[in-house]
Amino acid sequence: MTQGDKFKGYRGPGLETLKRFNVGVWEDVCVRSAKGEFRGIILPRSETADDRHIVLKLDTGYNVGVAAASCIEITSKGRREANYHIQENEFPTDPAKPDVVLFGTGGTIASRLDYRTGAVIPAFSPGELYGSVPELADICNLTTKKLYGVFSENMGPNEWIGLAKAVAGAIESGVDGIVIGHGTDTMHHTAAILSFMIQEPAVPVVMVGSQRSSDRPSSDAALNLIHATSAACISDIAEVMVCMFGPTSDKYGLLHRGTRVRKMHSSSRSTFRTIGDIPLALISEAEIRPLRTDYLKRRPDRKVKLDAVYDDRVSIVYYYPGMKPDVVDALVDNGYRGIVIAGTGLGHVNKPLYPALKRAVAKGVHVFMTVQTLWGYVQMYVYDTGRDLMDLGVIPAANMTPEVALMKLGWTLAHSDDRDEVGRMMLTPVAHEITEREPPDGYLILQGGLPEVERFLKSYQM
Amino acid sequence: MAKPSYSNLPFYASLGLKCGLEVHRQLDTAHKLFCDCPVRPYSPEYHAEILRHMRPTLSELGEYDPTALMEFKTHKQIIYRLNRETVCTYEMDDAPPFRLNRDALHRAMVLSVMLDLNQVDELHIARKQYLDGSIPTGFQRTMILGINGLIMCNGRRIGIRQLGLEEEACREVSDRGHTRTYMTDRLSIPLIEVVTEAEARTPAEAADMAGVIRKICHLSGLVRTGLGRVRQDVNVSITGGSRVEIKGVPRIRQIPGLVHFEALRQKALLEVRDLLRDSGVEPGAFSDDLDVTAAARKHAKRLFQKRLSRGNKARAVILRGCAGMLSHPLGPGRTLASEVSDRIRVIACIDDMPNMTCSDDPDGPTALFDEARRKAKAGPADAVVVVAGPVRDVVTAVQEVKNRMLEALEGVPRETRKALSSGVTSFERLLPGPDRMYPDTDLPPIVLSQREFETAEDQAPEKLWDKEAAYLGSGLSQAQVDRLLTTDQFRVYDEAIDRVKLRPSILAYLLVDFRVGLRRAGVEVGALDADLLAALFGDDSCASIKQKDAAKALEQALRDKA
Repeated sequence: MTQGDKFKGYRGPGLETLKRFNVGVWEDVCVRSAKGEFRGIILPRSETADDRHIVLKLDTGYNVGVAAASCIEITSKGRREANYHIQENEFPTDPAKPDVVLFGTGGTIASRLDYRTGAVIPAFSPGELYGSVPELADICNLTTKKLYGVFSENMGPNEWIGLAKAVAGAIESGVDGIVIGHGTDTMHHTAAILSFMIQEPAVPVVMVGSQRSSDRPSSDAALNLIHATSAACISDIAEVMVCMFGPTSDKYGLLHRGTRVRKMHSSSRSTFRTIGDIPLALISEAEIRPLRTDYLKRRPDRKVKLDAVYDDRVSIVYYYPGMKPDVVDALVDNGYRGIVIAGTGLGHVNKPLYPALKRAVAKGVHVFMTVQTLWGYVQMYVYDTGRDLMDLGVIPAANMTPEVALMKLGWTLAHSDDRDEVGRMMLTPVAHEITEREPPDGYLILQGGLPEVERFLKSYQM
Repeated sequence: MAKPSYSNLPFYASLGLKCGLEVHRQLDTAHKLFCDCPVRPYSPEYHAEILRHMRPTLSELGEYDPTALMEFKTHKQIIYRLNRETVCTYEMDDAPPFRLNRDALHRAMVLSVMLDLNQVDELHIARKQYLDGSIPTGFQRTMILGINGLIMCNGRRIGIRQLGLEEEACREVSDRGHTRTYMTDRLSIPLIEVVTEAEARTPAEAADMAGVIRKICHLSGLVRTGLGRVRQDVNVSITGGSRVEIKGVPRIRQIPGLVHFEALRQKALLEVRDLLRDSGVEPGAFSDDLDVTAAARKHAKRLFQKRLSRGNKARAVILRGCAGMLSHPLGPGRTLASEVSDRIRVIACIDDMPNMTCSDDPDGPTALFDEARRKAKAGPADAVVVVAGPVRDVVTAVQEVKNRMLEALEGVPRETRKALSSGVTSFERLLPGPDRMYPDTDLPPIVLSQREFETAEDQAPEKLWDKEAAYLGSGLSQAQVDRLLTTDQFRVYDEAIDRVKLRPSILAYLLVDFRVGLRRAGVEVGALDADLLAALFGDDSCASIKQKDAAKALEQALRDKA
């Protein structure tokens, strides 16, 4: 054991105190302090916690922190190291079952405690997954491939391209379905870009994550994973999708189109919603029930159109009243090639921005308008502002959400810098990122407190 | 049957009785522990429901907790009822915790001082797993504030193992079959858990310990009072037995009987173990079970009326060499068969009673048992247990019958048990261990400042036993002292005692017995405070007033005020 391991995480006064009494982590000790006597095992210290306390695990399983400065004596009775592992059992294979590849990018589908940070880190091998979600073996033969181990905010163009290539490779190698474990924060960004990079896949490509980490008994991870794996195996929807809880209750999941889905709540299980349309399908332990028919079907060939390119010189400008033109100027001066504006209402910004936008377009920057209302289309003819903006060269991006428009623009600019061609590609839907129409039930946010909603909630389980 | 003396020390010493308490008491804060939801009176009203399941997770040390695995086997659907006024997304487990309620922390720190605990410098929030669904996260957020304290009880020093600050669980509405329903208004109300060492030697002492902790809570003035705001878990073991936890006893006066009958139950279980071993029964004796659906339809139709419908099955478990064991008495109205039946009810969720029949039952379907024995090549010395219901539940039930019999061979299983209205207990779950603890990764450790320790020290009243000694020294009876404290009238007493010339015992009488009598008689007693008492009895002439006359004067004054 190295010195670092012996004092894992301890620094400053905490480290000095351990050294002074010649004890280290995992030692079973009796601490005599100014506050009295404490017996327990010395635990590693989280790097983000202060350096003035020593953590003990008492016999009762509770942890307590004792101030290093108050320690009068520490005596050791030996070592009792914890052996934290997720139960690992060999994942059974059955030739009659479909083959699924699970790609890992990070997130908390399965996880364990990380003593360095005190946070959870993902665990991932098929054996570990089988140990924690044995139901998976009833669904498929599972292989896993860890591509990245990052929180989803750290996913970026390189990871998207690597992931798209890995998925295409797996499709061509003949698997029956693909599941991608991903942190939920930017899952809709990755779902959108994959929808452009992996076109017409022969099999389902299902992204999944969890809103409550899998180290919690109430986690949605296991059920989401079961749903996603079933969708990858059984579903005949061969598109890039997100599979997450429908309601907050443990009842069913929804399959959302990768270009229309968005995370809508910072913590709720029911955070993923299809925007401006209805989801593709509902999935429960009993069945996969398609909610629409206009999807691409699973094919026996092993083909996919891989188009994994991205130009990251693109940005979103989230407009706010009083915005100054230098925000736009800064982007242009820093070499950005594409700007997606999240405008107000039908797609508006204030007059002071006009010269800056005009300059941007003149310098060859591609500027597209989306709406910060998220639901609804950009419509720039209704008011003069919209017409003025179009005259300046701002192109309305229909009903792409701002994030999807950004992903599409980055992907498009990797193909062309020609103004007409960029405009044509942006406005030609690849995977329903622009839809012809918004159905009447494409926008439904029930308002709590209303008698009819109360009746619904009471009879339904939200 | 004569009421047993619950303070018979030699008798309980002969059993080796050891008993400790975990007292759960809500703190009187305006808000909940980890969010800003208000604390309100309990209400059955709700606006919405959610449905959840629980899965066991690994402990920090890499183990599964046995209770967690047991709950997973029950396949329970948990329904939570949500009231918009008392619950937010935090209680629904749809949002992480906000910050710790500092008022609750302060109150718990004061109580730590009053219990003479070694106080913790840095609090680590732990997740204590509860897979019964009583908390939607599947764990209770809890933290230890201090360890190794003491209380004085009947002149004995009783150790206090620890004081924890934790969030309340839900109130159970119903639990039928595979569906358990909870109301969430109580969820996350701050409470303290005071754990004593197992130092009660008799059932009466256990109740006395609970009484002391109750008085300390009242003396602090920092807790909620009344039924539903306090619950005692009572841990009982005897020599050769095991720790068994009787959960959620609401009233202290229930404690002695529960402890007594639990001690006797453990003794009886040890007798069963010896009988089984003496007759050569080994673990292999419980390995056989067989389908008896057709025979049950024929011979036990009435008994299993509901449970033999549509596709359901009946199975018999053969317990070789165990005839007569299942009827071994374990307490009033309880036998070993009751324990087996409990397991089937709780874990296999077959809860229409009777949920099993066995060959020790004199009214049981003999023909069914005979047929099962014939098929299994068993004889009259072998016992038969038959369960019926949906296939999956019956498979679980058969396993539980076997598990319980294996435990009978070992002696007393470690369980948590529920107090029944009859004064005995029934199985609730397996007893969880330290493996259900896991550090909470949602909130960092909380460092307590010197100032916070000093403020708590300053606010803590004198020690209960010192205060009681002073009261007793001034001529009050122990009963008066207890009632002054537990009715919170000691505050009025303390304020009035230097302003009235009454004998202390008369003042105490007026504030407890007489006050209660007046209230029952419909007299408004709200105006009975130190000022009124000083006005009535402040004169030197009152030094010789008789109790009867003082009472009369007080009653007149209160009636005049009203």
